[in-house]
Amino acid sequence: VGPIEKLMRKLMSVASPHMRELGMEFLDLKDGVAVARIPYKHELVGDPVTGVLHGGVVTTLLDSTGGAAVFSRLKAPAPIATLDLRIDYLRGSTPNEPLYSRVECYKITRQVGFTRGIAHNGDESDPVASMSGTFMLNTTAVRVSGKEGGR
Amino acid sequence: VRESGDFERFLEAIPYLQMLGVSVKVQGEDLLVGMEGRESLIGNPVLPALHGGTVGALMESAAILRLLREPDCQGVPKTITLTVDYLRSPRVKQTWARATITRFGRRVANVQVQAWQDEQDRPIAVAHAHFLLKSQ
Repeated sequence: VGPIEKLMRKLMSVASPHMRELGMEFLDLKDGVAVARIPYKHELVGDPVTGVLHGGVVTTLLDSTGGAAVFSRLKAPAPIATLDLRIDYLRGSTPNEPLYSRVECYKITRQVGFTRGIAHNGDESDPVASMSGTFMLNTTAVRVSGKEGGR
Repeated sequence: VRESGDFERFLEAIPYLQMLGVSVKVQGEDLLVGMEGRESLIGNPVLPALHGGTVGALMESAAILRLLREPDCQGVPKTITLTVDYLRSPRVKQTWARATITRFGRRVANVQVQAWQDEQDRPIAVAHAHFLLKSQ
């Protein structure tokens, strides 16, 4: 496990309150491919009649997994930010089953990382959603108090 | 929901929207959909910034709630595709979203959404989405 992967795992498991709230954990992270999982919980349901997870849970999982995939291809740790994200909802997530994600960073340039991936319930050939997203690299983490940093 | 405008009962029934602290204000034709700046929604604790996924979830919910007001909307619309462009880093504070229906077709609706925090003319994200209006 390289320094970036170590830092990434630490960041993900300890420091991101929302990923923690979702119960998200990374199962694998190397060579530009990230795999993660969210356990099924009642609090994450979007349709109380069927028990299907909310689409926003799928979005959050795929956004985080995409960021991790990009991060794993950086030569040194640096802040990144989602530029855009497209989600295609292919079917409802199966109730009482965990939701998995697998996202690949298939191209990285000096400024932008390009990703694509899926969410599924354990069978990658039967995906719940597909995503494609781009991430800006080396985004500034500086913010003047109460104001946004440079535009 | 359409007849009573009783969005609170709708929101209360959806666990994930409770986790996000989503609320609705009716403004004439428009709906202002808010999300609380809860610490538990932080994605990047260094900045700190809200998780981009929560902003996406807010915008998708704003679109669905707006569609539910349409007289011809039967049942809860299903998201087909959602595309979010992130324009500014979202601070940990109250966030608003407003959805506009671009086209309400027989089977599919197209909706555009804007999200902002302090100033509506400085959006933090914009989104567009397609929804299936009735399942066959």
